[in-house]
Amino acid sequence: MDLNIAMNFRRLAVTWMAAAVAASTILAVKDANAQETFITVASTTSTEQSGLFKQLLPEFKKATGIEARVVALGTGQALDMGRRGDADVVFVHDKVAEEKFVADGFGVKRLEVMYNDFIVVGPKADPAAAKGKDILAALKKIEASKAPFASRADKSGTHAAELRYWKAAGIEKPQGAWYRETGSGMGPTLNTASAMNAYALTDRGTWLSFKNRGELVIVVEGDQRLFNQYGVMLVNPAKHAHVKKEAGQKFVDWVVSPAGQAAIAAYKIDGEQLFFPNAKP
Amino acid sequence: MFEIFASLKLALDLMANGNAEFVRVVALSLELSLAAAVLGSAIGLPLGAIVAIGRFPGRRSLIVALNALLGLPSVVVGLVVYLMLSRAGPLGSWGLLFTPGAIVIAQTVLVIPIVAALARQVVEDAWNEYAEQLRSLGVGTGRAVRTLLWDTRFSLLTVALAGFGRAASEVGAVMIVGGNIDGVTRVMTTAIALETSKGDLPLALALGIVLILVVLAVNAGAYAIREWSAIRHG
Repeated sequence: MDLNIAMNFRRLAVTWMAAAVAASTILAVKDANAQETFITVASTTSTEQSGLFKQLLPEFKKATGIEARVVALGTGQALDMGRRGDADVVFVHDKVAEEKFVADGFGVKRLEVMYNDFIVVGPKADPAAAKGKDILAALKKIEASKAPFASRADKSGTHAAELRYWKAAGIEKPQGAWYRETGSGMGPTLNTASAMNAYALTDRGTWLSFKNRGELVIVVEGDQRLFNQYGVMLVNPAKHAHVKKEAGQKFVDWVVSPAGQAAIAAYKIDGEQLFFPNAKP
Repeated sequence: MFEIFASLKLALDLMANGNAEFVRVVALSLELSLAAAVLGSAIGLPLGAIVAIGRFPGRRSLIVALNALLGLPSVVVGLVVYLMLSRAGPLGSWGLLFTPGAIVIAQTVLVIPIVAALARQVVEDAWNEYAEQLRSLGVGTGRAVRTLLWDTRFSLLTVALAGFGRAASEVGAVMIVGGNIDGVTRVMTTAIALETSKGDLPLALALGIVLILVVLAVNAGAYAIREWSAIRHG
């Protein structure tokens, strides 16, 4: 027991406090450096996880000098991020929700950028005999056979589309032990489907870059109704004054420009194109 | 089993020829978690010591509350910090959301209760042993806090390491307030979550193995410091 600890203690305490101050300073400086020119883009897991942004963002930076930081969420959450003013640009895929977002004054103007398509994946053995081109017929068969189906159930664009397809197939609200709501992103839902050999609706981009497929294969594809449109919009600076409207607008302008559209078309996995640009000139 | 060996091989490969991106993710994880451990200890250690020695009304309730906070759900912390830092929240004008700073804030909030609760126990045990001696020397509470903190410093280093462990292994809160932005707020744990959702389980597990090794290295370093100073100071 040493009571002459005043000096020792002070030295340790001072060192520790100095470290704490240094840590905070480093972080503050880091954040300040980052203030240069960057914008925050709220987008969806399908665009991020498919690797599209890895191709797109460096080209955008080269063209404009602006760094785009992507936060990847489900479409519902991404729009909510825009509504709260936590993003400068929203780049998602749920036309109905996007138009409401703009109509409510949170977005400036919605521009169409590109499309891909949804597919239904399921076990190779296809217990519901759902294989084919018709999405509605396939869903009816899955419901009738009570074969397991994994749903996102997370208010994402894919989830919204899935609910629309069930409705169109005459099934108001799928229910029962066979219908499993994962409440998670596309990847985790595919992991679940793969583990329990369930059917699932997914966008093609995520599927192509998804590795843990197990027994799953594509069951339904090529239906006109499976078209999946992506839109981009600047968050309204009138609602949120801090929105970086010039840099954000540059991003919007660039993705619909010939250069941006060409960059989207050029992105391929194993020779297969993932997204098809269709901005109106 | 095969997958685990594949991951081990992949982990070794990553560490041997890690590209710049991988190194950046590991460095950021380490940096932020250490910052949170230091900040959390700067607040949590004195707080724990004061609760251990101080005699004030509501002390018992505070001890129970501190111990209960050991199980603070990180997703809730993430949500609260998110709502505070969001542009629509009270601290929105700081513009901290989706920055490394936001991650450190969330991690620090999670570290404080662990450090405070464990430090309380350590200091209280020492106090039970030395209380009479300190009292007979007429030592006041403030001095007693300092004496005991210094006396138990080696045990408290372990406490700080527990705080570091919590910060480094955190994923829920970090994902919410950091946004897992490539090159900005992507850390080991969120990278693991991302690779898992891409279905690349071997790569996810390989990153996990690297994270465990990093935490192990930090602990080994701390142990070495402790041994060295124990010899030096007797």
